[in-house]
Amino acid sequence: MSAKHAVLTGEHFMNGDVAAAEGGLAAGCTFFGGYPITPATEVAERMSERLPEVDGIYIQMEDEIASMCAILGAAWGGAKSMTSTSGPGFSLMMENLGLGFMTETPCVLVNVQRGGPSTGLPTLVGQQDIMQARWGSHGDYEVIALAPNSPQECFDLTIEAFNLSEQYRMPVLVMTDEVIGHMTEKVVIPPPEQIRLTPRRYTRRPPAEYVPFATGQDLVPEMIKFGEGYRVHITGLTHDERGYPVINATEQAKLVRRLVDKVRRNAERILRVEEDGTDGAEVVIVCYGITSRVAQMALELARRKRKRVGLMRLVTVWPFPEARIRELARQVRGFVVPEINLGQIVYEVERCAAGQARTLLVPHAGGDVHPPEAILRAIEEVLS
Amino acid sequence: MRKEIRITGFGGQGIVLAGYILGKAASVYDQKSATLVQSYGPEARGSACAAQVVIATDKIHYPYVRHQEILAAMSQEGYDSHSGKLEPGGTLLYDRDLVEIIERPPSAALLAGVPATRTAEKLGRRMAANIVMLGFLVGCTRIVKKDAMREAVRTSVPPGTEEFNLTALERGFTYAREAMREHKQTQAKESG
Repeated sequence: MSAKHAVLTGEHFMNGDVAAAEGGLAAGCTFFGGYPITPATEVAERMSERLPEVDGIYIQMEDEIASMCAILGAAWGGAKSMTSTSGPGFSLMMENLGLGFMTETPCVLVNVQRGGPSTGLPTLVGQQDIMQARWGSHGDYEVIALAPNSPQECFDLTIEAFNLSEQYRMPVLVMTDEVIGHMTEKVVIPPPEQIRLTPRRYTRRPPAEYVPFATGQDLVPEMIKFGEGYRVHITGLTHDERGYPVINATEQAKLVRRLVDKVRRNAERILRVEEDGTDGAEVVIVCYGITSRVAQMALELARRKRKRVGLMRLVTVWPFPEARIRELARQVRGFVVPEINLGQIVYEVERCAAGQARTLLVPHAGGDVHPPEAILRAIEEVLS
Repeated sequence: MRKEIRITGFGGQGIVLAGYILGKAASVYDQKSATLVQSYGPEARGSACAAQVVIATDKIHYPYVRHQEILAAMSQEGYDSHSGKLEPGGTLLYDRDLVEIIERPPSAALLAGVPATRTAEKLGRRMAANIVMLGFLVGCTRIVKKDAMREAVRTSVPPGTEEFNLTALERGFTYAREAMREHKQTQAKESG
């Protein structure tokens, strides 16, 4: 079969997992290394059916450690690569996710969050890996994490994740959840020519002049494809511009600062939020993923009671919209932060609000979504 | 307009597929919005299974059933656990071969049974009971256009079984016409 089947242009009724797989294919993914795990299995299942149709490769690895390794290797072999997982699998991927940041390897990891810790709730929802996404691998680094709230966004944001991974040369996380992953809704897939793709930043320099980790002003080095004559050392150890290990504080500061700065300096460009009625609001709900849809219902209930409430949805959870929260904190009485965990993003909101506005968590231990009334009560409490 | 529908049965009956076809008919072929969420036990077959479908003319935010206006029960367990939650004025449909109704739930404005499993068996494949039920559901509630349902069935069932499943759907429509005729007669009698 030919590559034209990579983009299933048309209107579909599709679940979020399948849509994420289709998003990957539409972005040009030709390698998936993974290990099935509920509720992310449908991503792998779809890829196992579809990749052979586009001359791609699906490999079911022995575990998630190997899966993450495999997609890093595939990227260096010239492929756009991705994996998907949940819960315990995400934990197992952490070490090699860090290897991805250190080696600046573009790839995409989809985490369909379920309730934890440990094996927790295989078939039920959680949003408990949001801080793990930010800090789960050891060492200093910055991440980009997108949080779709519909199957359509599972498609769109997986493409976006691939683009960001190429732009900044790093693994990018799609942090969806069990409800969005298993929920079925209309997904519109545009024709291929309407899908904007960021190409890999391959070097034009000949092998003799190529310095693997030298960068210009944007701090992102150019890449090569193995097998085309370039001899490059890729390591998880702290390395110099040539890629060779240098174990001292000077090189560490140079490298790690650059890995962090290439995201921080572009944070405003990368981050995306959606706001509904935040101007003039007394309370702003800050939310992401499935909880944003539940919060939307709470918002409507509150507005019916003539409360001035706005909503900010984090499309990118990381980078976090620090400046915007600071700005809102000067205007509102408080923030309400519903999340399906016992407090994660709420600490970011609290940090940015810096005492200027009240911050109220609406916690949920997982397994279900919030009752919209619980969010409404929190809004009323802030206003009381 | 927002309509909330629950289809219940046990794993293996095609409950989730029924929800999928209904949602697809609404959102892809009938210019509406639709969401499907499903719940199932750890075992795929034989355990309780439910599909929640929301169909609306506007954007749907909250995808769960809160006001169960339509319940289609294809197992006794599904009926027993969900019939009490029917909204007043709601529609309760059931597979006559699998569900026994001892007492009419007071909130059901329309209570109607269909021999879905037996009809599918007579057609040759028991698997199509869900499609008969879907035809019955759409015929009784008019929640999506019949043509949209035909298109959704045609594009969702395994290749080679389209005609068979479309026949099952039409049987459902026919049972619905009979059920609605009876329902109207009963209503006329009651109102005197």
